[in-house]
Amino acid sequence: MSAVTSERPSAGARLAALGRTLVSPRGAVFLLLIVLLIAMAVLNPSFAEPSQFIRFVQRVAPVAIVAIGQYFVIVGGEFDLSMGSVVTAQVVIAGNLIGQDEAKSLPVLALMLAFGAFIGLVNGLIVTLLKVPSFIVTLGMMLALLGGTLYWTGGAATGNPADGFREIGRGGIRGIPVIDILPWSVVVLAVVLAAAIWFSKRPFGRTIIALGDNPTTARFSGTRNWWVKTSTFMISSLSATVAGVLLVGYAGVHPSVGRGYEFIAITAVVLGGVVLGGGRGWVVAAAAGAFALEALFTVLNFAGVPSTYRDAVQGAIIILAVAYSATTFRSRRRGRGIEASPDATSPTSPDAATPISPDAANKTSPAPAEERDAPASARPAPIPSTSRADNETKGGS
Amino acid sequence: MSTTTPTRAPRRTGSRRRLDSSLIVGIALVAVIVIGAVLVGAEGRNFFSAGNIRDILTGMSVLGFVAIGQTLVILCASLDLSVPYVVSLSSLIAAELMAGDPANIPFAVLVVLVVAVLIGLANGLIVTKLKVNGFIATLGTGLIIKGYLDSNYKGTSGEVPWEFQLIGATGVGPVPVSTLIMLAVALLAAFFLARTRTGNHMFAVGGNEQVARLSGIRTARPLIVAHVLCSVTAALAGLLLASRLGVGSPVVGTQGGYDLLSIAAVVLGGTLLMGGRGSIWGTIGGVAIFAVVDNVMSVMQVNPFLKDVVRGVVIVAAVAVYTSRSVDRRRPRFSAGAEPPAQAEPVAAADAPKGGAA
Repeated sequence: MSAVTSERPSAGARLAALGRTLVSPRGAVFLLLIVLLIAMAVLNPSFAEPSQFIRFVQRVAPVAIVAIGQYFVIVGGEFDLSMGSVVTAQVVIAGNLIGQDEAKSLPVLALMLAFGAFIGLVNGLIVTLLKVPSFIVTLGMMLALLGGTLYWTGGAATGNPADGFREIGRGGIRGIPVIDILPWSVVVLAVVLAAAIWFSKRPFGRTIIALGDNPTTARFSGTRNWWVKTSTFMISSLSATVAGVLLVGYAGVHPSVGRGYEFIAITAVVLGGVVLGGGRGWVVAAAAGAFALEALFTVLNFAGVPSTYRDAVQGAIIILAVAYSATTFRSRRRGRGIEASPDATSPTSPDAATPISPDAANKTSPAPAEERDAPASARPAPIPSTSRADNETKGGS
Repeated sequence: MSTTTPTRAPRRTGSRRRLDSSLIVGIALVAVIVIGAVLVGAEGRNFFSAGNIRDILTGMSVLGFVAIGQTLVILCASLDLSVPYVVSLSSLIAAELMAGDPANIPFAVLVVLVVAVLIGLANGLIVTKLKVNGFIATLGTGLIIKGYLDSNYKGTSGEVPWEFQLIGATGVGPVPVSTLIMLAVALLAAFFLARTRTGNHMFAVGGNEQVARLSGIRTARPLIVAHVLCSVTAALAGLLLASRLGVGSPVVGTQGGYDLLSIAAVVLGGTLLMGGRGSIWGTIGGVAIFAVVDNVMSVMQVNPFLKDVVRGVVIVAAVAVYTSRSVDRRRPRFSAGAEPPAQAEPVAAADAPKGGAA
């Protein structure tokens, strides 16, 4: 396997590799996204115009940002079901506290960010210190936060933040040549995505993935698990806050504005090939999953499918997408096991992969006594047998 | 040899823990009842009056049905998020087929159960054969059912004959018939888990699928059975709701929030979300805790939005109390697995990522 890649770095091989990546679970979401975008352009030719397309991106921005936040939690091996309630709470906070006084925008924005970080901190500390499953913690937070928000407003959404604040969600830089208007949402999304990519390449970001893959080895390698995990919850709550800021401008104040966001985010992340249970996934693919999901809705809309069938189609698509990636994982497990984890092997494989593969070949057969040492030493971690085992536990269960 | 020891270990600890966790849930339930009785007493009402007890038991029955099935699925380390839609669908099918005629009752019930079995079968096959995570698979099937419901039903429909409505309306003393049926189903499920081979295999598969397979269990079958039974109990809940409402409703399941609440009740009852350990009676205790808390809040006329806050806090606090005790209990299992140094290690290694996955 490694021999093929090292001998032929020609253009054809690269194209084949690109094709393989697109067909692989990791890249499938991009293929799906391209197909859906083409379908959109065919069904509604005006959509292909840049100004229309940028409007689409603007609409997706909050979902994509929430998905990026959810990505960090999921890749760290947990769930965050409280995101939808955080979005609602932030929208209501913005609506009630800013009011028509534009001078309050910045202090309230700071308060919202602090509140978001606080919610994430509470979630994370309960998960890590009290050892309550994150599903339960964030479910409780979802109920409590939504109930508290509605209690505060008396069940009806009140307030409408100043136009200056709403401008973040619905305004933009005007007079750009091709696209006419560059919405602030798109700028925010680009910044968040860039920050997320940068962050996931940092040692801390890699630690999150290591933690999601195997908390025991992460602890042995000196990770402060509680802090890393807590920070993922803070990231997700903060991203929900940012999405709330965008939504308050785009959609206004409404008590059900964040409803269902947690499941949409999880769906998008899973569509992006991120494995529930942690340890595998790419943040860009998670964002692409959000785009694919929204593109799917748009296509259904253009195709004249009644909106009531939308859920059914969404359900079928996510099952098929995950089934596809799961079965592909199964059939190509041996290859993926080595390729997936250390980033260095796939592009510059000749140096990195060749010394590993004979080791790996040897290690499949003998007793697990050798495996015991392996997780402790960092680099040759992807021993086929162990990584195969946890692929199976994660894909299957 | 090396493969059989680890498989038995979770089962042995499972039975020991089952006792413990049920005990903790029981203590929590008693504590909730005492606090509730004091609070209700402060309002000048009697918590233990026949009417109030009937209210609590009635409140238990629907969530109880759903949670029994959910327990089986969670024991197998899967989840079922499609239950609220199955509940709605079965209430609609039942009400439409009965159409007010008592002669149609057996046929309608049969059709509802067959549909539920098919849905459960689809869930189980998607999870086991297509290797889709249970969370996603059942979210997907739930959405598909929701799409069907939204497209074909605009509101309540059908009519349930009086004879069938009696199930939801009558009681033996302060105990409603529906709760008795629910407890009977719980008894059957507990018997199924404790005494049948498939039931035992559920613990094994949920505890560690790898080890279960290596020790010769067909891992797919218990999972499929669990999903089928879960859909069936959700359908029973739907039948009960139809009998209470007198009509079928497309939103009755989602309004009850049975997906997340049943999962919360199961976890509250001491069943591990990552599978392999838990009990039906713990779940019933968890459902009872919910019912008591809800009842106390209704009697005290708490603001409906604050109810959600209290519910959320109770869920997290109760599970926190439970897990903080069980953290110590988990240690022996891991060290026991690790003590024979060479052989048992892969089990611990394969188990570790799941530990974080919860």
